[in-house]
Amino acid sequence: MVVFSGIAGSEGIAAGKAYVYINNQTVIGMEKVAPDAVSTELEKLNEGIELSKTQIIRLKEKVLQEFDESKAQIFEAHMMMLEDPEFIGAVREAVISDCANAAYAVKKIADSYIALFEQIEDDYMRDRAADIKDVTSRLTRNILGISSWDLLSINSPVIIVAHDLTPSDTAMMNKDYVLGFTTDVGGRTSHTAIMARSLGIPAVLGLGDISEKIQDGDYLIIDGFEGKLILNPDKDQQAEYEIKIGQHSERRKKLQEVAFLPAITVDGKSVEISCNIGSPEDIHAGAANGGDGVGLFRTEFLYMNSNALPTEEEQYEQYRKAAVLLQKKPLIIRTLDIGGDKKLPYLPIPEEANPFLGWRAIRICLERLDIFKTQLRAILRASFEANILIMFPMISGVREVREAKKVLEEVKDELRRENMKFDENIKVGIMVEIPSAAMTADTIAKEVDFFSIGTNDLCQYALAVDRMNAKVSDLYQPLHPGLLRLIKNVIDASHRHGKFTGMCGEMAGSEEACIILLGLGLDEFSMSAAAIPAIKNIVRNVSYKQAEEIANHALELDTPEAVLEYARNILNQINKGSVQSTSLGRMGI
Amino acid sequence: MISKMITITNDTGLHARPASVFVGTAAKFKSELMLQKGEKQVNAKSIMGVLSLGITKDSEIMISANGPDEEEAIGALVELARSNFHE
Repeated sequence: MVVFSGIAGSEGIAAGKAYVYINNQTVIGMEKVAPDAVSTELEKLNEGIELSKTQIIRLKEKVLQEFDESKAQIFEAHMMMLEDPEFIGAVREAVISDCANAAYAVKKIADSYIALFEQIEDDYMRDRAADIKDVTSRLTRNILGISSWDLLSINSPVIIVAHDLTPSDTAMMNKDYVLGFTTDVGGRTSHTAIMARSLGIPAVLGLGDISEKIQDGDYLIIDGFEGKLILNPDKDQQAEYEIKIGQHSERRKKLQEVAFLPAITVDGKSVEISCNIGSPEDIHAGAANGGDGVGLFRTEFLYMNSNALPTEEEQYEQYRKAAVLLQKKPLIIRTLDIGGDKKLPYLPIPEEANPFLGWRAIRICLERLDIFKTQLRAILRASFEANILIMFPMISGVREVREAKKVLEEVKDELRRENMKFDENIKVGIMVEIPSAAMTADTIAKEVDFFSIGTNDLCQYALAVDRMNAKVSDLYQPLHPGLLRLIKNVIDASHRHGKFTGMCGEMAGSEEACIILLGLGLDEFSMSAAAIPAIKNIVRNVSYKQAEEIANHALELDTPEAVLEYARNILNQINKGSVQSTSLGRMGI
Repeated sequence: MISKMITITNDTGLHARPASVFVGTAAKFKSELMLQKGEKQVNAKSIMGVLSLGITKDSEIMISANGPDEEEAIGALVELARSNFHE
């Protein structure tokens, strides 16, 4: 039994067999085979090709079902590579003339093609080099009989162990069988963590080189509350965790009962609890957990799952679908937030020393008006007889708000001229994630209808902590008094101008932060679907008056640790059902 | 053996889908089919070969065929290029 400590990426506990997903290159060496074994190697090659083709057909079908034709096309190219007479001919030739093992021959020939393609000064060709890598690593692994890398082929419950998981990795997973994630890199706001929370499964991340330490089929327990991973636990440990898993599922069952009750404090203040989505389909999970609407539709997934800029029609279809599913409940659509850690293959962003401080989100949109206008047209058209709100990301001050609004007005005029219908009173807001916007919220409030605080970036910018860097992740503290004061400034400014403030960062789904945020006057909490019931439960068990007292006290504390300890104490009391208004001000410290 | 010189007129050149369509069509014929751009010649039935020529819009290429159905093969491929690969 070995215990590893990492970052708690998503809450929950899971126990099960490890599935080590190798998404980096396997080392393949030349092994000379005896001349009479050459035919065996050629047979292995053929079998590997056939198996790879079957897998690609399945992948293509899955992508066709979940996305559309254009995304499935890439697999057509993979298929043709496996049927390429020159390529396969050269591999066979290498096996025969060098008496090489089949996997090595594939790698040798593939490498020569990759080198050739990478030489050509053309992004498209370099991407094709990546396709050759992808398809030939599939082929070599099939030849070597390494099965545990094809996420689509999972057919029994497993915990996925990987260096890192990309959006396309998780798209390929058969999610019915995935018990949890554990990775070498990543923090609470990495794609893996966000994905795990939206699936409602635990994740323990940032474990260094765990994907090399764990073998396929090892028995694991991952504790997404504590950020612990136990490799091959002993009997006692296993029994202990079985109890914990039982308790956890019982708690979830109980919480599920309050999920559909209104989010209203004991003294009658109601707040909105909504969910963050990446695609219209995520609305089902939100609804199943009692969400009131959508506080953040991350539209970049539409762009990232595509080989080219999505057209107005493609976007309209998705936005409209979401609006229809929500039946007039609010849908806040954030305009394209690309750059930073999110790249598009077809939109080259020059190498930047500091991508998070670079050309991203609204900064790209205000320059690439073609992209921006297409999206605004699609959103506006979808807003007709719906309840859609537009939100601009990465706003640093009032000038960008005015510019973005000017473009929006131009697009509205275009649509009017074309007799296209849209919501004439569509509300416009900004994501508050840059400290300067939080500080000048009073000025910006005059220009917008609402704010939504994006705490993931606001925290990283305000505390100067790279949230992807596991080395400094302990400095990433959303409960830092400095951040709380920024949040208060935003909420107060919006209320003075009769506007509302929501929050769509991870903090909105944090049980520890909930009462403080409620007390600061936050109007809307938007989070991953799985977090909704627990947050609703907290809101329903305090009074707004208590929450205000707690928030005021928290603002006076001097360290994030003190705030956290204070918040945890209060949370414990609430969970025990023993919170009393009189004792709160003195509690915890 | 017969050969024909053509100019690629579609925007993406012999990239992506057009390349797949081209190779897919070539593969239907029994004849040996070659594609040449500048000094480089590749098997027209090989997707990797065709892609490696980096054929862009306005590239001049030569298609050669040798075999029982060489006439039809050249005809089909030239027609395909003329129709801009049904783009």
